[in-house]
Amino acid sequence: MAFVQHTIKLPVWRRRLLLVLVMAGLGALVGRAIYLQSLNKAFYQKQGDARYTRSLTLYAHRGTITDRSGEPLAMSTPVESIWANPVDATTTPAQLEKLARLLNLRQDEIAKKLENHNREFVYLKRRISPELANQVMGLRIPGVYMQREYRRYYPAGEVTAHLVGFTGLDEKGQEGLELKYQDWLSGKAGSRHVIKDRQGHIVEDLEAVKMPQDGHKLVLAIDRKIQYLAYRELAKAVEMHKAAAGAAVVLDAKTGEILAMVNLPTYNPNNPNNIGGKSRNRAITDTYEPGSTMKPMTIAFGLESGKYASETQLNTAPGTYKIGPATIHDHENYGVLSVAQIIQKSSNVGASKIALSLEPQYMWGILNQLGFGTKTGVEFPGEVSGRLRNYKDWRPIEQATMSYGNGISVTLLQIARAYTTFANDGELLQVTLIKSKDMPVGQQVFSAATAKSVRAMLELVVQPGGTAMKAQVMGYRVAGKTGTAHKPGVGGYQDKYIASFVGMAPASNPKYIVAVMIDEPSAGQYYGGAVAAPVFSAVMGATLRMMGIPQDAPNNNIILPSPNAVEVKEAA
Amino acid sequence: MISDFVANLSKRIDSFLMGCIFFACIIGLFVIYSASGQDWSRVLPQFINMMVALTLMWAVANITPHWLERMALPLFVVGLLLLLGVALFGEISHGARRWLNLGFARIQPSELMKVGMPMMLAWYFARREANLRSADYAIAALMLVVPVGLVMKQPDLGTSLIILASGFYVIYLAGLSWKILAGGAGLIAVMTPIFWSLLHDYQRKRIEILFDPSQDPLGAGYHTIQASIALGSGGFIGKGWLNGTQSQLDFLPERTTDFIFAVFGEEFGLLGNILLLALFSLIIFRGFVIASRAHNTFCRLLAGSITLTFFTYVFVNIGMVSGILPVVGVPLPFISYGGTSLVTVLLGLGILMSISTHKALIASS
Repeated sequence: MAFVQHTIKLPVWRRRLLLVLVMAGLGALVGRAIYLQSLNKAFYQKQGDARYTRSLTLYAHRGTITDRSGEPLAMSTPVESIWANPVDATTTPAQLEKLARLLNLRQDEIAKKLENHNREFVYLKRRISPELANQVMGLRIPGVYMQREYRRYYPAGEVTAHLVGFTGLDEKGQEGLELKYQDWLSGKAGSRHVIKDRQGHIVEDLEAVKMPQDGHKLVLAIDRKIQYLAYRELAKAVEMHKAAAGAAVVLDAKTGEILAMVNLPTYNPNNPNNIGGKSRNRAITDTYEPGSTMKPMTIAFGLESGKYASETQLNTAPGTYKIGPATIHDHENYGVLSVAQIIQKSSNVGASKIALSLEPQYMWGILNQLGFGTKTGVEFPGEVSGRLRNYKDWRPIEQATMSYGNGISVTLLQIARAYTTFANDGELLQVTLIKSKDMPVGQQVFSAATAKSVRAMLELVVQPGGTAMKAQVMGYRVAGKTGTAHKPGVGGYQDKYIASFVGMAPASNPKYIVAVMIDEPSAGQYYGGAVAAPVFSAVMGATLRMMGIPQDAPNNNIILPSPNAVEVKEAA
Repeated sequence: MISDFVANLSKRIDSFLMGCIFFACIIGLFVIYSASGQDWSRVLPQFINMMVALTLMWAVANITPHWLERMALPLFVVGLLLLLGVALFGEISHGARRWLNLGFARIQPSELMKVGMPMMLAWYFARREANLRSADYAIAALMLVVPVGLVMKQPDLGTSLIILASGFYVIYLAGLSWKILAGGAGLIAVMTPIFWSLLHDYQRKRIEILFDPSQDPLGAGYHTIQASIALGSGGFIGKGWLNGTQSQLDFLPERTTDFIFAVFGEEFGLLGNILLLALFSLIIFRGFVIASRAHNTFCRLLAGSITLTFFTYVFVNIGMVSGILPVVGVPLPFISYGGTSLVTVLLGLGILMSISTHKALIASS
């Protein structure tokens, strides 16, 4: 090559420099590769995993709550939530307009959400019906997706609202049995560890799918038909008497199961907004002074003590009874009454005299056994115990007023439960909201003879000369007791009342106990016999007929109350 | 008879380069198959691209360097005119004016310039070598800057960078005074802060993101971050062919073209990277050998420039994908999908082969 002239000849050092630079460049690439793929690979692998692996929660169906025959009272139904990835979302003005109309949102509201490109997930609207969601999807807007969620639906609505309660947005129990049985109902969500691509499609599972465990079903003792019935009748009475509130409990007299429990005012658990105090299950969570519905207990104490029999005569004249500085009044002067008549006429003086003839400790002991002053243990959050003061602190006047239900506070459920002793030959039953399989073991509080005897007296109450003829039920013998209690308020008793009636039927062998309480009836009438007894009659009558309970008074023994019938007023 | 025919056909093929090219093409097809989501509709066209480009390479290898030298000026002039044509009448596609519709074909003149530029400058210096003056470097610089400017305006940063590099390498190899080089470097060093202070805030931000992608992870920095994650998650031996998650799951943008190296790196790991870089290094060093053995100035300058330009492709692409260089659209030779870049790269290697195999012929003539 000597003949070729090279006038352009690069100095050796510049050739070497070139070579060195090229090698340095390649070296830099290798160095960077080592840095990324060897030294820092853990970091980048984690970053990579974070981008494509996702932990998915698999929905565990929340258990259904049903009544005793399997009718649903609370169930989870699928709904869709519309969400968007603002990074991918693009809408034409026409699409935006349709979207806004379907979702009932303002256009600028949606546009604002979609403009937030720093986020990859925004909810546009949660929990809409699947039909509406499909319409939204039909707009085919890129970057707008739907996601299945579940919401709780309460078919019986306000009728069972207080009992069943409701759940929050995340299906977590907030009130009532939904709250009490949260763990039982909620089940265990499953999980899935998956690879997702950038479009969010699941590509494969990384590990075994952990299947969700659905929540358990909760079968209540409630009978939906009786519940509806009780609700209807109670609502009628509360409206008619312009009452502030009301509650009713229906017990199975043989098992202690709560067949119905209704309260007013109520709310719609499907849309539990601004419920305020309407969500209170008064029958369990509120106490009141039971008034004369306590008298059968007092009489039973007397019979049990052996000092009295049904026919034992007591002089209640002149209709007042002075104990120290205080005076107890009857509605009128009944003169000499038998023990049975004390119940029938609801004589405060008679009940007081019996009470004062007994040892406070003895009386307190039985009241305690009957469950007053302690919680019934029913499966419900927020149950209150009521107040039964210790006998050591009782003054005679207190012992006397307690005999007719003043100076003691109870819940409607406690009273209804105490009456199971009269229905059940002296055995007190445990009450329950849950359907029970086994016959319960009762606790003997009174002798069978005492129980039968009191029951017979209670039958007099609804008969002519009694306080609650309106509690009668055609074809059945009814035993029960009215109550009309002055409401204690600031500075003593006010001119407000609580009217109640607790009773059972058929009296020959009671199957059901119905307790009704109406708070502040203010349309004129306020006696238990006038306000609460008709509710009892309607509910008990319908229940007996519905359940096909054989009549025990087919050849009617009954004098049906007429509007101008003379009613015996009980002492308030 | 047949073996004679084959021998005749392969007479102008540099067997060492050809071996490297063969391996690189095979790797390229495998990576395309994986990067496209196992889609034959990308592999087959790429295979055809390779066949066409290899045929052109073979054709160029059979042209004598003497003819290449004679073609330099016309090629450059035509290229320049076409570039002007693009600037005036070019078709806009994807926001850039790169294509020229000649009625019978759509061409991208900037690609022609990638070959035309080093040939032209090599030709110029070869002609002027008897009495080379400083003014010649200035003229060469002018011949370089005009087409580069036109391409940059299209805008096509990657291609203009390659053309600039290919021309600059010729000027450097032609012996541009190191004083001027040092002076130029110094001038840039001084001008940068001044230039920086004249920029608007948003322009500065853009440049900052260019160098620090994590400032805008969902926007401009997204490519680089995803690519780094893909590479890093590949680890030492990689996740295995077709098993890359970042690339397969569509997290990686431009995964069959400019960012295909990330797919390769994720699936074949550090080991694969080093082997691929070694293969490219073999081609580069073979190019240097050919350049240093070239029998005249034109061939030496041209071969040197082509080799260094090839290095530039590799360095800029892998540097960009692995996050040490800002993102500019430069494909990875043999691996990135696309016929144009394959043709350009293989034409260059064809010229190297021509230079390497025609020495004897010229020498004896």
